[in-house]
Amino acid sequence: MSSSIALHDKTLSELAQGLEAGEYTSRELTEVFLARIERLDGELNSFITVCREEALRDADAADARRAAGKAAPLTGVPMAIKDIFCTEGVRTSCGSKMLDNFISPYDATVIEKLRAEGVVMLGKTNLDEFAMGSSNENSYYGPVKNPWDLTAVPGGSSGGSAAAVAAGLAPAALGTDTGGSIRQPAAFCGITGLKPTYGRVSRYGMIAYASSLDQGGPMARSAEDCARLMNVIAGADPRDSTSVVRGVPDYVEGLKYSLKGLKIGLPKEYFGEGLTPEVEASVRAAIKVFEDAGASVQEISLPHTHLAIPTYYVIAPAEASSNLSRYDGVRFGHRCADPKDLEDLYKRTREEGFGDEVKRRILIGTHTLSEGFFDAYYIKAQKVRRLIRQDFLDAFDQVDVLMGPAAPTPAFDLGAHKDPLSMYLQDLYTIAINLAGIPGISVPAGLAGKRPVGLQILGPHFGEQTLLGVAHQFQQLTDWHRQRPEFGQEHA
Amino acid sequence: MQWEVVIGLEVHAQLATQSKIFSGSSTTYGAEPNTQASAVDLGLPGTLPVLNEQAVAMAVRFGLAVNAAVAGHSVFERKNYFYPDLPKGYQTSQMSQPIVGPGVLEILLEDGTRKSIRIHHAHLEEDAGKSLHEDFQGMTGIDLNRAGTPLLEIVSEPDLRSAKEAVAYVRAIHAIVTYLGISDGNMAEGSLRCDVNISVRPKGQEAYGTRAEVKNVNSFRFIERAIHFEVERQIDLIEDGGRVVQETRLYDPDADETRSMRSKEEANDYRYFPCPDLLPVEVDEAYIEHLRGTLPEMPAEKRARFESELGLSAYDASVLSGTREMADFFEEVKNVCGDAKQAANWVQGELSGRLNKENLDISVSPISSEQLGGLIKRIVDETINGKAAKQVFAALWDGEGTTADEVIASRGLKQVTDTGAIEAVVDQVIADNPAQVTQYQEAEVDKRGKMIGFFVGQVMKASRGTANPQQVNKVLKDKLDSLS
Repeated sequence: MSSSIALHDKTLSELAQGLEAGEYTSRELTEVFLARIERLDGELNSFITVCREEALRDADAADARRAAGKAAPLTGVPMAIKDIFCTEGVRTSCGSKMLDNFISPYDATVIEKLRAEGVVMLGKTNLDEFAMGSSNENSYYGPVKNPWDLTAVPGGSSGGSAAAVAAGLAPAALGTDTGGSIRQPAAFCGITGLKPTYGRVSRYGMIAYASSLDQGGPMARSAEDCARLMNVIAGADPRDSTSVVRGVPDYVEGLKYSLKGLKIGLPKEYFGEGLTPEVEASVRAAIKVFEDAGASVQEISLPHTHLAIPTYYVIAPAEASSNLSRYDGVRFGHRCADPKDLEDLYKRTREEGFGDEVKRRILIGTHTLSEGFFDAYYIKAQKVRRLIRQDFLDAFDQVDVLMGPAAPTPAFDLGAHKDPLSMYLQDLYTIAINLAGIPGISVPAGLAGKRPVGLQILGPHFGEQTLLGVAHQFQQLTDWHRQRPEFGQEHA
Repeated sequence: MQWEVVIGLEVHAQLATQSKIFSGSSTTYGAEPNTQASAVDLGLPGTLPVLNEQAVAMAVRFGLAVNAAVAGHSVFERKNYFYPDLPKGYQTSQMSQPIVGPGVLEILLEDGTRKSIRIHHAHLEEDAGKSLHEDFQGMTGIDLNRAGTPLLEIVSEPDLRSAKEAVAYVRAIHAIVTYLGISDGNMAEGSLRCDVNISVRPKGQEAYGTRAEVKNVNSFRFIERAIHFEVERQIDLIEDGGRVVQETRLYDPDADETRSMRSKEEANDYRYFPCPDLLPVEVDEAYIEHLRGTLPEMPAEKRARFESELGLSAYDASVLSGTREMADFFEEVKNVCGDAKQAANWVQGELSGRLNKENLDISVSPISSEQLGGLIKRIVDETINGKAAKQVFAALWDGEGTTADEVIASRGLKQVTDTGAIEAVVDQVIADNPAQVTQYQEAEVDKRGKMIGFFVGQVMKASRGTANPQQVNKVLKDKLDSLS
């Protein structure tokens, strides 16, 4: 690989190689990224908290570890963490005023694993409040801008992570995906993002939005980088009962994948009304790349796709309404001033601490779980959820992977969706995957004007090795993942 | 109008697990506030519950002990409501698919009648924390040490018809959980507490009356009193033309009354739904059978054995099998002394009396079963008489001597059975009391029996209680009668 690529444009794998080869130290590398954050993030707003001191301390420790010959594959590489993962001693705000003052006394399991690997945490990235949103406009800390076009959103809710990686403020980041929150911002920002199978990566220490749908995963510049991160973060966690006890394959090994004979299914429901022609053109061109490499393509139907959004907006708010009850001003987080009694404490704390989208979903969830509506909404939604899952199981009887767009449009303009319902429709192609619990990855597959387009690849439960292999092979044949936005390049 | 009382009980038994139901924190009672509350117990963002398998095993063992159907598949749900000592804003509990299904519990009433009470189900749940009002003027302190402590909530059918039955039922539950060792049953510390649902209806009517629920009653006495008060209140209300409203009430032991806490109109909608953080609980047949093998002899079996094998009365058998500690203590005493009836008498009589008087539990009895057994052994082999035995008991209670034999020796309480020695004392007493002797001789024969008591007393006094009373009686009678 050409050494003429600036450090901030390199992939995580390349940076790890450079560290290994002694081309630079972790401290030098970390300083490059910290400097870029300092110079560029004022405009981008991708970070809520920058951990300058901690990062340099961890970088020095990584360098010492390498010098002692005890480096792990990713020791010393810096990355960013979505501010939904609890980090000991560092504020974890979840994008909410409610947790603006919350400093977690413990590390999330994935953070522990990354620390054990020797990864350096640059800071905590911006997100839609409690991960509720598709544009990153719902953050208490203000919207994030898309580095490809500063008038566009970066996508949500892991928009801060996606923008930071795209703009070269971090080589990789951790995100979470409840209804598309890794894949859609990855698509909007032209990076690679993997939502693993539900249960593959521990949720312990990841602030819950909708527990049965939430899944953390890597966001990076390449499938290879995602594979390296998965090798660190995947695996059962005794502290998370829903994490699955099952051997973890070597995802980097799985990158050696042959596209010959790969059976690709194209869900016809993902190529219908509302799909922007440029997005469709890019996705079809990408699929042509696979065909040319020996894959076969067939049309598939996922007949319950149209029910995914309504089902999601029953289940996710129901769980959220319960998960967010703990923010009551009693033990941690925001508390209203001078409450006159207990009820006043609850009401004003929550009134002041939560933004509109969070309140909207709490109210929806409280309503659908309440007596007299539970059967009609929640129980019905769970039944539909099973049908949606079955659609995928049936599809994977016929094909190895499914492919389609990650989002119906490229990144839209900041402020474009005034109506929450029109925003909810953005997640049309991503949301069913969370309901089914299957993995999905979004890889850069073109540009619509200045704005990137993402190809989404879906696999059966625990098929992330295949997804990463397929995505990696695509990235060997294309260079969409090598494209960088103009933003920030003048500082290179 | 004749009224019938209908009572259903929800008994909350705190399970004696080492750690909490969903976290690794300790469950020890009485620690400094918030020293046994981990990130999970505090409901910190991002934390997740992990089910304690010990709690599941305990619930299953309870189910087996009451012949209930143990559910192979049960589900934890969230019961959502706001309260400052409920850290997560919901209580993790079981509603629609509890771990223990319907069962039956036999209760024994004081008059010896037996009655079967149906158990509707029993489910696992986590306890909440505690709000502290004292020491916090104008504020409330929160102690989350108890938050996440495992509870087994045992729900009866409305089969109970009186306060006495209700108390007998709670006693039976208490016995079962303590026999199983799944709860310490300490009501004063809240390890066993109950909610009592009470309604009344005209005798003969099939439909239930409107019920009131009295929350969190934590002693046998209070259960009885709360029911008495509530029954009277409801009957008076109806007879005065009023109507009972469905509501939650609180029993105030100081005022001995129940008071309204909240009515059904203000009741919460708990919005139960399956907890997405916990997998359904699956217990297979092999596991259930394994746990069945760990069940000890249960109270009913013990009671039956005490009656049939040891020849105890139904009442004695029932009292002595009432708690595991009592039963174990009694059996140890019996094994040492070899006389079940004497053991039963002493454990229920002198020992229980003294324990009650000093408000002590048998588990902390100052006299060990070994000591009491040794004492009774000396009564049985006539080394001491009953009177001396009471002295030995008192001495051992006060820690004087480690065995009955030691006390007997040091106090010279060994019973005198030597006829010559007794005769000498008797002769002396007769010589010292000529007036009484004359009275005796002048009395009619059928009155003499009563009068002999005076002489017995004198002889016992003179022998410092060591003379064998039967022998004294006989010798006295012979001598006095031969004098006339």
